Parts: sequence; C-alpha cells; structure tokens
Amino acid sequence: MIVTDRFIARTRLQDRAFSVLGATLTVGAMLFLGILLFDLARDGLSRIDWQFLTSFPSRRPGMAGVLSAWVGSLLIMLVTAVTAIPLGIAAGVYLEEYARKNWFATAIEINITNLAGVPSIIFGLMALGLFVFRFNFGQSILAGGLTLGCLILPIVIVSTREALRTIPRGMREAAYALGATRWQVARHHLLPYSLPGIATGVIIAISRAIGETAPLITIGALTFIAFLPPAPVTLDPEFAVQPLKWVWSPFTVLPIQMFNWVSRPGDDFLRNAAATGIILIGLTLTMNAVAVVLRYRMRRRIKW
Amino acid sequence: MVTSAAPRHAAPPVHAGPARMTATPPPIPTLLDSDVVRPAPPASRAIKAQVENFSFFYSTVQALADVSLPFRERAITALIGPSGCGKTTLLRCFNRMHDLYPGNRYVGRILLHPDNLNIVAREVDPISLRMRISMVFQKPNPFPKSIFENVAYGLRLRGIRSRSELEGRIQVALEDAALWGEVKDRLRKPAYDLSGGQQQRLCIARALANEPEVLLLDEPTSALDPIATSRIEDLIVELKERVTIAIVTHNMQQAARISDYTAFMYLGKLIEYGATAEVFQNPKCKETEDYVTGRFG
Amino acid sequence: MSTILSDNPVSGGIAGSRNGGLLPPLRSRSLLGRLAERFIESGLLLAAAFSVLITGGIVFVLVSESLPFFRHVSAREFLTDRLWTPMFADPHHGIMPLVAGTLTTTAVALLVAMPVGTLIAVWLSEFAPSRLREVLKPALELLAAVPTVVYGYFAVDFVTPALQAFIPDLPTFNMLGPGIVMGVMIIPYVSSLSEDAIRAVPMLLREGSYALGAGKFTTAMRVVYPAAFSGIASAYVLAISRAVGETMIVAIAAGQQPNLSFNPLDPAATITAFIVQVSLGDLPHGSIGYQSIFAAGVTLFVMTLGFNIIGAVMRRRYRQAY
Ligand SMILES: Nc1ncnc2c1ncn2[C@@H]1O[C@H](COP(=O)(O)OP(=O)(O)OP(=O)(O)O)[C@@H](O)[C@H]1O
Ligand SMILES: [Mg+2]
Repeated sequence: MIVTDRFIARTRLQDRAFSVLGATLTVGAMLFLGILLFDLARDGLSRIDWQFLTSFPSRRPGMAGVLSAWVGSLLIMLVTAVTAIPLGIAAGVYLEEYARKNWFATAIEINITNLAGVPSIIFGLMALGLFVFRFNFGQSILAGGLTLGCLILPIVIVSTREALRTIPRGMREAAYALGATRWQVARHHLLPYSLPGIATGVIIAISRAIGETAPLITIGALTFIAFLPPAPVTLDPEFAVQPLKWVWSPFTVLPIQMFNWVSRPGDDFLRNAAATGIILIGLTLTMNAVAVVLRYRMRRRIKW
Repeated sequence: MVTSAAPRHAAPPVHAGPARMTATPPPIPTLLDSDVVRPAPPASRAIKAQVENFSFFYSTVQALADVSLPFRERAITALIGPSGCGKTTLLRCFNRMHDLYPGNRYVGRILLHPDNLNIVAREVDPISLRMRISMVFQKPNPFPKSIFENVAYGLRLRGIRSRSELEGRIQVALEDAALWGEVKDRLRKPAYDLSGGQQQRLCIARALANEPEVLLLDEPTSALDPIATSRIEDLIVELKERVTIAIVTHNMQQAARISDYTAFMYLGKLIEYGATAEVFQNPKCKETEDYVTGRFG
Repeated sequence: MSTILSDNPVSGGIAGSRNGGLLPPLRSRSLLGRLAERFIESGLLLAAAFSVLITGGIVFVLVSESLPFFRHVSAREFLTDRLWTPMFADPHHGIMPLVAGTLTTTAVALLVAMPVGTLIAVWLSEFAPSRLREVLKPALELLAAVPTVVYGYFAVDFVTPALQAFIPDLPTFNMLGPGIVMGVMIIPYVSSLSEDAIRAVPMLLREGSYALGAGKFTTAMRVVYPAAFSGIASAYVLAISRAVGETMIVAIAAGQQPNLSFNPLDPAATITAFIVQVSLGDLPHGSIGYQSIFAAGVTLFVMTLGFNIIGAVMRRRYRQAY
C-alpha cells in the first residue's frame, strides 16, 4: 500500500474536524443549560422576594407565594430521607458485606438494577394503590415521602455498595484479624471510611427526589394548599405536643406548585412558575455541586 | 517425643554468633556461608501449634496437601518456598481468615496448645480465636484513624474502656514494637502520616496490644527498605521471647538470620522442616537445596 | 504430649505482667453478643429484601388494579381501537394513541441524545485533555439534574416559540419541542455511561490501529466504538427507558389530547401525560379513571421492561472479551 500525502492530509483533517465537532456539541449542551437558566432568571428572578416565600398560593398571581410548597417539599424530603437512607445503607451493607453469592443475593441484585430503570410515575401508581388506598395513609405527607423513598432507594443502595467497594480488602482483613465481628467491621471501619461516598450518593438521590413531580401528582397531592401542616408543638394549651401529626397532613410541593402555575393561562402565573423554577433549580444544582466537590475531595484524600 | 525436662527459662536461645553447627562444610557455597545462620535451638521447645495432615481448598482448587508441622514456643518458624506454594494460605488458616470468603474448606487439624484446640474445627469461634492469634500483613494496613486509635482498636474490642488502662497498654505495645519514641508526641495524628516502615511497626504494635499467643507475619518487610527491614527483624527476634512467631518470607537471608526453624514448601506440600541451620546447611531434599541456594527455577 | 504442655506458659502472660495485669480472660463470646450479631444481620437482610417487596408491590398493584379494567375491555379493543376516550360518555379504550405519543416523543429525544451523546462521549475520552474531561463530565451531568418540570416550562416558554420561528404553523403544544428538550436532558445518560465504556477499552486495541496509520477519528469510530459497544448499548437502553417514562416535560409541552399520530409536529398525549392528567382530577378508588390509569401504567411498565430485556440481551450478544 502506498501512503500518499493526500491520505495523511485527509486523516489530519478528519481528526481536526471531529475535534471541533465534539467541542461544539459539548459547548452546545452546556449552552442549552445556560439559556434555560437565563430564560428562567429573566422571567422569574424579580418575582422572588420575602412575600413570595411567605405567602400561600392565591387566585391573584401577584399575591401568591410558595410557602405551603416549600414547607411541603421540606417535610416530604424529611420522610423520604428518614426512610430511604437507613434502609438503603443497610441493604447496601448487606449485599456487599454479608450476602453469600447465592440465588437470593443474585435475585435482589437483579431486582435493584431493574427497579432503577422503572419510570418514576410507576412508583406513583404503586403508592396510589398501596399506600393511599390499601394502607389508608391517604394523600398525606407520609404517603408522599414513602413514595419518593421507594423511588430513591435503589440509588442509595447502589452508591453505598460502590462506596464500600472502594475500601481495600486489606482494611477489612486487618479488622477481622484483630477479632472484630462482621458488624463491628462494618460499623467501626467500613461505614466511617465510605461515608463521603455514601453521602455523595444520598445527596444526588435527595436532589432527584426534590424535583420529582409525577409520582406525587399520581398519588393525588393537591395543587392548592392554603395552610401548613400542624406543628409538632402548639402553644394552644389543649394540644401541647403532637409530634407526628404533620405526617397525616395533605401537602403540595415546589414542583407541583410550579406545574400548576405553568398550566394556567397568563404571563403573571408564568412568572410565578419561573420563580419557583429558579428556587428548584437552585436547590438541585447546589446539591449536585456539593456532591461533585465531595467526590473530588474524596478522590484526592484517599491514600490506600 | 521430646521431654519437658528443661525448665522453661533455662535455655535462652543463643542470639547471633558466628558458630557454625555443622562439622562438615557444605558441598556448595550457600547462604550458610554468611555468618548469620544461628545454631539449632534446643529441640526441647514446647509445641505451641501443631499442623496435622492438613489440606486446604479454595473451592475446588487444592492449595495445601497433607501438611504436618509443628510451631514451637519462643521460637520463630519461617515458611519459605517459591511463589504460589501455599505459604500465605497456611498462615491464614491459623486465624481462620479464609472463613471470610465463601467456598473455602479446611481438611485435617491444626491444634493450638495448651488447650488442644482444633483451630479449624467448625465449632471453634473464629472471633475468639483471632483474639489469641494476631496477624501482620504483607502491605502495612493501618486504619485511617489516629495512631492511638489504631492500637486501641483491639483493646476496645475486648471491652477495655478505661482511658488510663488503654493509654498504658498502648504505650507498652508501641514500646514493644520499637515505635514509642518516634510517635509518643503525635499519638493523635493520622497513622497514614507515618512512613511505610513505621506503619508496619504500628501494625505490629496493633497486633501485640492484644497480647496474642501466636503472631503471624506474612512477608512483613517485603514492602520496606533495608533499614526499616532490619529494624523489624530485630524487633521480631526480641518478640519471640514472648510470643510464638510464624513468618512467611521470600528473603532467604532473612529466614536464615532470624528464624529458629524453617519449613520449605513446594506446590502446596511441606517438603522439609527442621532447625534453620539444618535446612540451610544440610538440606535433605534436592528441591530445598536448589531453593535455598537460589538455583530454583 | 501432655508432659510437654504441663508447664507451658501462656505466651501472653509475660507481656501481661509488664502491663500490670493480664488482659481480661478470654471467654468465648457472650451469648448476648452473638444474638445481637444475628439480630443485626437479619435486620440488614430485611432491608435488602425490602427492594424485592417494592417490585412485588408494583407488580401486585398494577395487576390487581387494572384487572377490573381488562374485565370489561377486551385485549383486542385495547390494542386495536384507534381512540382513547375512557372518560367520555362514549368510551373508547384503544391504548395506541397514547403509545404513539410516547414512541414519537421518545424517537425525537433519541434522535437528539444518541448521536450527540455518543459523539460527546467519544470526544471526551479520545480527544479532550484529561483535565478538561474531569470538569466537563460532571458539568454535563447537571443536565440530568434539572427537575423535569423546569424543563417542561422551558419547552413551552422558549423552545417551542423558537421552533415556531422556523416552522410557522407549529402549534403551541407539539411533540417536537418537548422531544428535543427531553433529548438534551438524557444526553448525559448516554455520554457518561458511554464514556466509561469507551475508556475501558484497552490501549492495546487503539495502538494496533494507530500502528496501521489510522488517525484518531478512524480509530475511535472503527476500533474503539465497536469494542465498547456493549457498554454503549446499555447507555442507549437506559436513555430509551428514561425517555419512555418521562412525564412532566410532555405533560406540560406536548398537549394532553390523545392523538394517534407519529408526526412530531402534532400535539399528542403520552401514556405518562395521560396518567398525570387524570390524577390531577378527583380520583375515587375504583372509578373508571382510576382503573384506566393503571391500564396505562401496565402498558408503560411492559414497554420499559421490554426495552430493558432487549438491552440485557444486546449487552450479552455484543460483550467483548478484551
Ligand atoms: N482466593 C483464591 N482462590 C483460588 N486460589 C487461590 C486463592 N488464593 C490463592 N490461591 C492459589 O493457592 C495457591 C497458594 O497461594 P498462596 O497465596 O498461599 O501462595 P504463597 O506461597 O503465599 O505465594 P507468594 O509467595 O506469591 O505470596 C496458589 O496456587 C494460588 O494461585
Ligand atoms: Mg503470599
């Protein structure tokens, strides 16, 4: 074969062209995000103020606010975190450190992989049939929190397992050799050492849950809530302490509030929607940034 | 059968010394020519652990076949042999490390004296066993905690909570591991800030804090430079007064320098066992001779 | 043997005496300790098994709640009727209009995400400097972190109006705009996973190609991409199931009218959008609307399951032994 100059030139050109194409596409994708942020900011930034954060929704767009929505989001996340985090970490520890390689462990593993691919709205349907009607939780914060808990459970499990897997075998053996039991090894060594990794996964999972809309609409979350869930402690002498009453309260969340405003006619409601979007995107991007930084620092710190 | 006539402190092992035990010079120039091979220790040492017709399987792969050999008290027994011959495998049977991975199978007995406990018996609790038998690994593996916490860990597992007792025992363990002087001012600093040699001595201190009856060392100096190596060798020789030591090493000089007994293994079998001087100077088997003289494939 | 052992000191004793006392005598572990250990293990096992319970719950609910629906709608009507109007006085129960909407928006999204995501992945792993890659990869992943309801807003508020500048008779609600937005959203699913797969391809293969005089581009496309295909294929499958199950973007921007059309310029409802639309209303247990969303849910579940199985099979078929 004769390698001609033209052939070499063509190869060079191809490489150069692809270099440019790839960079353009990557920049283009980032630009898309930039335009989105700009569009939201232009429409909604001016709408975010103290009044917006401390008002209930209203028929009049100028007086409406996201108080019930952000309180709802916060409480839902609380229930989600309290259920999914311990459960997910425990399952991850079991699968990585306890399970023998038998059919049962394999089945759980396949199941978790598949669960991670199930559309979120299906979790909503499951929760509607099970939590809302069969368990009679109603359209409550409890039902909503559990729904999202089930949804992010696979994420927490998978990231726990990945974090545990980065701990070298020698670390486990050192602890076992000193006479630690399986649980002591996990409790004293594996969990503390993998904490940054697990935290990264948990933050990503929670940020996903904050933005979830469809499953909560499916279980029948309301779009218009003009009251707050009962506080755990009231000044009213008759009901001094009711620590868990709020879990039974109906709720709305930020993304549902935003959806509600998007679907209404009129630019003023759209501005409310954009403002809510800014809050939402601020929350999720911040959490993701924290996760990225955590992961980066972890990679630099680990010496084993 | 040896007798126990000699009182236990009667015969301190003769350290170093140029004395060569064999009357006839070896047929070939070997390690024994270096003056470091120590005289055979008295054979009266009590047996601390006895491996009896022992085989080991990684699922279906047989790694040890019908091994029998004693580990004597107040002596260092070196396990030598070419890579893959099963030295590590044997060592890890003593603290049942193989239990951690599925499919592994022990066949035969390893008796731990004085209570005649069959270490590898199913009904023996590996956790209690590991508190009597400590291990130091090839690569230093301190926990990512402070120096203090590394040594304290085994003690805490035994339920020692008192601050002053912990401190006292940690000091003793670090002194025993010849590390105290270097770290006494930085006990709260991360163990990872130590050098490799210091880390390995920390791991030895961590193992010693448990006051083990047997100390297992798997190539403890293979990751270290010559100076750190010689410090650890000195340390091991001092320690044998108090704890039965089994050491795996690829370094023939090291085995010759520090061990009292040597076992040569090949392809999962024990080929030769005897006093170190014997094994190095008068190997009975051809394979042993080839190996200790460095002519092995 | 016992004679030897009679005066055998316990080795720890000597060290112990230096410490001013032996360590606590070694009992075998307490029964309580063992029980606690067992108890914890069972607890962890239950936690792991809980995920199976979720899957069981999904299957159970989907089947049991849609059964009443399929009792009065035949499979034939469900699959062949060209109308989906379960809540009308004259109800039709053909799922195909919703399936068409789902497939069309998915196709648009994939036409964006697959080529762009793959090219970005190849560029990141083969062309971009490694420092840049370390920054760009997580930055691109932010695209997947934006809440979908925000994307929905962006689709109606910006993308569709922008498209109308080129396609004047594009209706406000259409499948093209949300499809494109959805495609951008799933780019990182394709690019990150593909990039992992591409980087797992051993250097040796590339060197073989370079040694023959091939350029970077040719090597990437002819050697690396095929070698990494099993990993890339699983990225595609993940992208497909994300697109099929995506809800809010299409619910907001594609219109909510079931419409048996594969034309992306038309408005249409997807399976997911229908479920959201019905759920927004009052939904008593056992009502027609209630039953119909579970029937739609079963369809969606079967579709994603089908894609996942295809993905698993493809992964097996194309798995390369390096
Ligand atoms: N986990 C395992 N599963 C299967 N076989 C194993 C496993 N670990 C070791 N082996 C095999 O058992 C044999 C003995 O291995 P071992 O690690 O005991 O050798 P070694 O003498 O310590 O070698 P080295 O000097 O290289 O450390 C080898 O043939 C090895 O391949
Ligand atoms: Mg070894």
